[in-house]
Amino acid sequence: MPSPAAAIDARGVSKVFRGDGSADLKALDDVSVTIRENEFFTLLGPSGCGKTTLLRLIAGFEFPTEGTIRLYDQDIALLPPYLRPVNTVFQSYALFPHMTVGQNIGFGLEMQDKPKREVAARVDEMLRLVRMEDLKDRLTSQISGGQQQRVALARALAPAPKVLLLDEPLSALDLKLRKEMQIELKRLQTETGITFVFVTHDQEEALTMSDRIAVMSKGRILQVGTPRDIYDHPEQRFVADFIGEANLMTGEIAATTADVAQVRLVSGAAISATLPAEARPTGKVTVMVRPEHAEIVASTASATLTGTLESTVYFGTDTHFNVRLADGTAFVVRRQNDRKEGRQLDPGTPVGVLLAERAAQVLRD
Amino acid sequence: MARQFSVRHQRGFTTIALICFFLLYLPIATLVVYAFNAGSTVGTWEGFSLRWFEAAWENTRIIDATLRSLTIAPIAALIATAAATMAALATTRTAPYPGLTFKYAFINQPLMVPEIVTAVALLVVFSQVKVWTGYSGLGYLIMAHAAFCIPFAYLPIRARLETMDLTLERAAADLYARPWRVFRRVTLPLMWPGILAGFMLAFVVSLDDVVITEFVKSAGQDTLPTYMLGQLRRAVTPEMNAISTVFLALSVAVVSLFFFLSRKKT
Ligand SMILES: Nc1ncnc2c1ncn2[C@@H]1O[C@H](COP(=O)(O)OP(=O)(O)OP(=O)(O)O)[C@@H](O)[C@H]1O
Ligand SMILES: [Mg+2]
Repeated sequence: MPSPAAAIDARGVSKVFRGDGSADLKALDDVSVTIRENEFFTLLGPSGCGKTTLLRLIAGFEFPTEGTIRLYDQDIALLPPYLRPVNTVFQSYALFPHMTVGQNIGFGLEMQDKPKREVAARVDEMLRLVRMEDLKDRLTSQISGGQQQRVALARALAPAPKVLLLDEPLSALDLKLRKEMQIELKRLQTETGITFVFVTHDQEEALTMSDRIAVMSKGRILQVGTPRDIYDHPEQRFVADFIGEANLMTGEIAATTADVAQVRLVSGAAISATLPAEARPTGKVTVMVRPEHAEIVASTASATLTGTLESTVYFGTDTHFNVRLADGTAFVVRRQNDRKEGRQLDPGTPVGVLLAERAAQVLRD
Repeated sequence: MARQFSVRHQRGFTTIALICFFLLYLPIATLVVYAFNAGSTVGTWEGFSLRWFEAAWENTRIIDATLRSLTIAPIAALIATAAATMAALATTRTAPYPGLTFKYAFINQPLMVPEIVTAVALLVVFSQVKVWTGYSGLGYLIMAHAAFCIPFAYLPIRARLETMDLTLERAAADLYARPWRVFRRVTLPLMWPGILAGFMLAFVVSLDDVVITEFVKSAGQDTLPTYMLGQLRRAVTPEMNAISTVFLALSVAVVSLFFFLSRKKT
């Protein structure tokens, strides 16, 4: 498969904010990332990890302390925002309150000195794209939050930027509207073919919408991959914990083949676990198992792990079994519910946990 | 449910409010009423007449002074508003730094220094300048008025800028607007109500000024307020009331005009 062109290529980017008196703050620390053409790329991480800062460096509102940022073949790290073919959807929408919906959407094209008729035609096209034809002449203060969101999108898409940056654009919407807009955003991205760089701290949003996700923490990018990669093969403890739920156990590498290791757990049980890319760990390691990738059984005879059931929690779609393993670590098993009765496990009884082949993932230290 | 706290239900609130209203408006009302007095005192009502308005209209010194006031005020207000707009942009579009508070104080100096002190200082300086240059026109009054009007124009403009969302300008730059166009298309329209309010305040303050004008004016450069002050030292006739009434109407008209202008803009 020929690798698609890189839309954004950041190399060794650092951003230091000079603190007044106190210590300087390193908002980004040696970040390198390649964002491909036409992809829905998500920056995911907890508050303060530097997502907005990275986006602002790409938009041109801040300039990197170190490193280069390329847009296709152009080094843009030091260009002012108005010279970058990149547009932003702001978290607060930042619609111009003294202009109508139509004027807002046409603003970018007007600033590029496009002919009036072309601007008007494009504005109508954009209004159709976000399904807002009827509200063209309203002031932006006279439309709802969800509609403002659409106008902000249309305004940023109208000049057909090479890359669209979205900083938590859905966080101000209520849950239902948010789900709608997630689908809408995905549709817009596919229809326009524009590269989207999307910021969120909502892992579910990231998993459902993205082509690829970069997980960030404390100014660094920890892992970049497809939602499946990130979820099934987290390489670091932070990634495993931040996305979904994770059971962590310590063990020792007994043998490794190409990308699978045999790990001997403290309890004595041996399991097979996938390895992080390009890593050949030896000795003591931490392995991770997702709660839904394990199975709970009443008999301890042939189980991989054994322990005591401490409690069960019913969630409607599934049930969580909180198990205390023989060596004292906590382990959660999730089982999808059906309507069959029976097979009840009582708290306090000994239980066994079964792990499928490759259900576990070895983490980097 | 407990009634929400409201100052209106406090004992004595109504009384105090009424006293304040009477103190503020009763003298003005009386003044306006006696402008229409047929007699020549401001104390005894002798019937309705417009003779004092006619007398004022025919008094060339009053017309002169009024025209002078109406020349100085808009020019001074314009200069003050332009300077204040730039000052407000410079003091709000920046991260706070040591010395910023000092700058605020510096810009607002006319609000803090006693007016009489400024007046005397200007008198001394301008009288020297007049000797050097030989120029003794309205320029001095306009400059002096512009200077002390700056804080009145500055405060509403700064208040407006402080509530303005900086991301709007960032959004404009993101949409290919160069800095000057960001200012023309986004910053200026959004701060316009503040500028109008600032101009109006500066205009009214200039129109109203007595102390500095009295000290700075050359011979024969009376503005309406200094003319009135001069007249009050002599016999007081309802002509004064008539002038005051017109002056009052003028001020109210100016304020209302700007009020409606700025309301339409937001
Ligand atoms: N202009 C600035 N001056 C100083 N420090 C800043 C500035 N902008 C961001 N920071 C700091 O840099 C760090 C990263 O901030 P950033 O806004 O990129 O985080 P984020 O990942 O977007 O967080 P959130 O999810 O809360 O929006 C934070 O510690 C923040 O306080
Ligand atoms: Mg942020």
